[in-house]
Amino acid sequence: MSFSIGSAGSAMGPRSVMQDFGREAGGQAFNARIFRRLLGFLTPHWPRMLAALILMLISSMLALTTPYLIKIAIDEHIVAGNADALFYTAMLMALVFVALYATTAVQQYLLSFVGLRILTSLRARLFQHLQVLPVSYHHAHIVGVTISRVIGDVAVINDLLSSGVATIIGDTVVLAGIVLVMLSLNVQLALSAFAVLPLMLLATWLFSRRARIAFRQTRQRLAAVVGGLAEDISGIRVIQAFAREGVSATRFEEVNRANRDANIDAMSLSFIFLPTVDFLGILATAIVLWAGGLAVARGDMTLGTVVAFLAYVSRFFQPIQDLSQMYTMMQSAIAGGERVLEMLDTRPEIYDEPAAIDMPSIAGRVELRQISFSYQPDAPVLHDVNLVIEAGQTVALVGPTGAGKTTIANLVARLYDVTAGAVIIDGLDVRLVTQRSLRRQMGLVPQDPFLFTGSIADNIRFSAPEISMQKVEEAARAANAHDFISALPKGYATRILEGGVNLSLGQRQLICIARAILANPRILILDEATASVDTLTEGLIQEALQKLLVGRTAIVVAHRLSTIRNADQICVVQAGGIIERGTHDELLENGGLYRELYQRQ
Amino acid sequence: MTSKRMSGIQVLARCFGYLRPYRRITIAAYLALIAVNVVTLTIPQFIRWIVDHGIGRQDAGLVKTSVLGLLVLALIKGIISYFQGCWTETASQNVACDLRNAIHGQLARLSFSYHDRSETGQLLTRAIQDVERIRFITGRAFLRIADGVVLAIGTTLMLLLINPLLAILAMSTMPLLVWRAMSLGQRLRPMSLVIQKQLGKLTTRLEQNLRGVRIVKAFAQEDAEIARFARENRRWFSLSALTARLQAFNGPQIDLIANLGTVIVIGYGGYLVISRVLTLGELVAFATYLGQLTVPVRRLGNIVPAVALAVTAGERVFEILDAICEVKDLPGASPLPAVRGEVCFEQVSFGYTHGHRILQELSFCVEPGQIIALLGTTGSGKSTIINLIPRFYDPTVGRVLIDGHDIRQVTLASLRDQVGTVLQETTLFATTIRENILFGKPGAGEAEMIAAARAAQAHDFICEMPLGYETVVGERGVTLSGGQKQRVAIARTLLRDPRILILDDATASVDTATEQLIQIALESLMAGRTCFVIAQRLSTLRKADRIFILDRGQIVAQGKHDELILSCGLYADLYQQQAKVSAL
Repeated sequence: MSFSIGSAGSAMGPRSVMQDFGREAGGQAFNARIFRRLLGFLTPHWPRMLAALILMLISSMLALTTPYLIKIAIDEHIVAGNADALFYTAMLMALVFVALYATTAVQQYLLSFVGLRILTSLRARLFQHLQVLPVSYHHAHIVGVTISRVIGDVAVINDLLSSGVATIIGDTVVLAGIVLVMLSLNVQLALSAFAVLPLMLLATWLFSRRARIAFRQTRQRLAAVVGGLAEDISGIRVIQAFAREGVSATRFEEVNRANRDANIDAMSLSFIFLPTVDFLGILATAIVLWAGGLAVARGDMTLGTVVAFLAYVSRFFQPIQDLSQMYTMMQSAIAGGERVLEMLDTRPEIYDEPAAIDMPSIAGRVELRQISFSYQPDAPVLHDVNLVIEAGQTVALVGPTGAGKTTIANLVARLYDVTAGAVIIDGLDVRLVTQRSLRRQMGLVPQDPFLFTGSIADNIRFSAPEISMQKVEEAARAANAHDFISALPKGYATRILEGGVNLSLGQRQLICIARAILANPRILILDEATASVDTLTEGLIQEALQKLLVGRTAIVVAHRLSTIRNADQICVVQAGGIIERGTHDELLENGGLYRELYQRQ
Repeated sequence: MTSKRMSGIQVLARCFGYLRPYRRITIAAYLALIAVNVVTLTIPQFIRWIVDHGIGRQDAGLVKTSVLGLLVLALIKGIISYFQGCWTETASQNVACDLRNAIHGQLARLSFSYHDRSETGQLLTRAIQDVERIRFITGRAFLRIADGVVLAIGTTLMLLLINPLLAILAMSTMPLLVWRAMSLGQRLRPMSLVIQKQLGKLTTRLEQNLRGVRIVKAFAQEDAEIARFARENRRWFSLSALTARLQAFNGPQIDLIANLGTVIVIGYGGYLVISRVLTLGELVAFATYLGQLTVPVRRLGNIVPAVALAVTAGERVFEILDAICEVKDLPGASPLPAVRGEVCFEQVSFGYTHGHRILQELSFCVEPGQIIALLGTTGSGKSTIINLIPRFYDPTVGRVLIDGHDIRQVTLASLRDQVGTVLQETTLFATTIRENILFGKPGAGEAEMIAAARAAQAHDFICEMPLGYETVVGERGVTLSGGQKQRVAIARTLLRDPRILILDDATASVDTATEQLIQIALESLMAGRTCFVIAQRLSTLRKADRIFILDRGQIVAQGKHDELILSCGLYADLYQQQAKVSAL
């Protein structure tokens, strides 16, 4: 229940449990190169880090002083019966404790602050970098994984850089200090107390190996519980419709029990480990008492020394425990760091040329000149495609799934770069202009009507966040969306939930169209939706689309043939090439694949 | 909504009630706790004994025996601690397991109206995180509280025994310590919640950006997105930095207070030793006791907020468990006998929310084996009608009768066993295709299952997969296309062989060949059953025995296609529109 800075935490709820599934601390050997690069993130903060380190050294020293002061108090003042000196020593101790407090607090704050700074700037850098990476990158990476990089891995790196590095240095210093003081107080007694050390190391090593496996097991079992429950909740209607509540309960009880048992097993390990550590601590105390006691009895040692020893011994084990945990933390931080650096090192395949100019105002003539394209080197998707679209024309692409229709549309918006050939808009190769100036004049209505969480208004004015509500309403009216939006209790301020679940598919499509209308693009890419919506909404959508197409160059990826009858040009795409082109009537007359498709429907 | 206002104590009591089946090990754990504390309190006395009598009087033999005794005590403590830990953990893990089973069972029982209102994420958070919080409090957390209290009382007694005045002086820092620890916990808790929420926002921004990457790029909004992310990122930073400062300057305060207590003990205690009121061993024991006390006290500061958290968690969990199941078996409900298939609505009205009626005094009767097509715009009441037949909801007014039985008078299981549904969103479970089909009828044989798959036109594509019927579908397995999923769902229902069938004949757009396969599958599914179809296809409309045209919760016209197309203007319009869309 303790609060920790920067860790991903449970804010993401069960989803993060699912994402953690399969992510391991990685048994990789220590990677010095990665570690050095990670340390590099500390460089800009070196004054604060240096201050923190100095304070840490001071506080470690102070912490070591106090048992020694107690020894003096006992041996020199109490046994000697010097009350005044005792009073001064006590005051000195109080002062040391106050100074210890101040140095600890400031040092802790400095370290946290630096850590948070690094974390924040690293996240910002990653986010910016993600914006530069092309669609192809995002296509190849699962969203959940990317999120766990930016949120989770970065936090682990932060743990290492701020508290980790500091703890390692601090603990080592404290440990060395204790060892030195103990040795200087009494070599023999010190060495006999150290005899417990190998046992402690052995116990820690045995435990951490098993614990890692056991806790990994609990994470997997919990993920199974979350998964099972999530599935049953989303399938609850089917379960009830089939009256199968009993079956699903039995299934759930099974994963639930497995989770319980894995947890009990894992915790049992700690219940062996913690008392063992406790016992070893007392063992060290016992050794000091035994050997020290006998030495005092012989008159070889003062009682104060034994008491000071007892205090040092009790402080001795904490840093060792911390350091052994540090090792695990380092491992996972290095693994996380490797993944984060890999992401930062990814060069975008699509970038603005140094000499790129801003795209002038687009008239709308689009030419695909002998373009070829492949997502993977040996699997060409398009080869040698030629197509000219005059300004203001609508071109419809039809054909079977996987033929390359959507790819053509993506290339025009330069979401991908052609492998060979050129996409030319108003006589300019799209690779010679800046991406922003090009895309500012383009619009996209996606196949899956994606909306961002946020208000409906914000979604419509996505391309121009500052625009007036009046313009938003105009766009919505033109998209036939105004009526249903104003019928909602909160109208344009209605918040769209994740996945747009609070709106119907058709309504989401209408908002996507409004968004494109407001952007007022010169070139429009329209990927027709595939899922079916009710008849009435379908009519509204078609009407809105017709309005949107007027006066713009449009590329329509068509899945049904109703929109495209009026297209200026219809291209039948098959196996990476355009095999037929012409108007609806021409194509019907020619009697090719188009007519076949048309008649089949 | 009945037990809405339970007091915090009541909620906690109810949480602890779940320990009842495990009361033996729980009691054992608490007894063990007392034993451990007795040992813990004895150890400093032992050390004192060794210092005063062994070392002080230079009695080597006594030192040896007492050190051995110390080790034995430590060993006993370790062994008892182990059992104590295991017992508590077992009990509390069982509490969590039982609670999760109870939640799962309750969710499976709760009617559609409940699930309409609830969000999956919310329910999951309650079943996972909130249950975890309850587990923590019923297990280790409460044990630690008890531990702290027992140890504090024991230590106070011991200290008082050694020297009352010094004890009072030394303990004078305790209230301060407890107060600081608690107030720090109280201040950090809400802040850490705010920070977690902010991190959630940050995550959502990122997730949205990643999911909508094509839109972001196509509308050239990268800069705006970066600015939005930076805003949330900065907010997270300033919240976190504030908390870090709070923690850095307040956390070590607790150590400072405890340390000042030690100074008092050494200063005043040393003075007492000099004055021969106290022995040196007693002083050392005193310091040791005081040191032992700071850890549990500091822990207490962390755990107290967990109690508050567990109360809210408990409230949310019990809200699910106490939710009233609107559709359930009446006492004395009898099983529905084998159904012929007559379905009648008698003056049925229905509203999802109070006041707003979706169905208005609807009455009709359907003969066994008839195919009824439901046609109407969104919100006209089509889906409500089909939801009332398997009793997913109960009518607000009026009755639904099957073969003359009021469906509220029969058991839910016997009713739903004989009513099959195939809905537009096909839900398959993340398991093998075989198990998905057998979901319709778990005891069915191999031949029966394959026959169903064949009739659903699914057998061929299933056999083409390398693992055939053993193919695992869903998130961790093969992704089926919309058309394939639909056919598996049809096979599932076919295997069940219901007398009454409820069906949404929409298909996600699929290629023409698949479309035809689904058509065939649907036809074999409908044959010989009473069917209610939300019609999206012209073929269904033409084939239906009766078409109900719905408008604002009422049947405004009904009849066969041939009659309606001539007599009903609304039908002709709807039909035309449908024709236009599907004739793509």
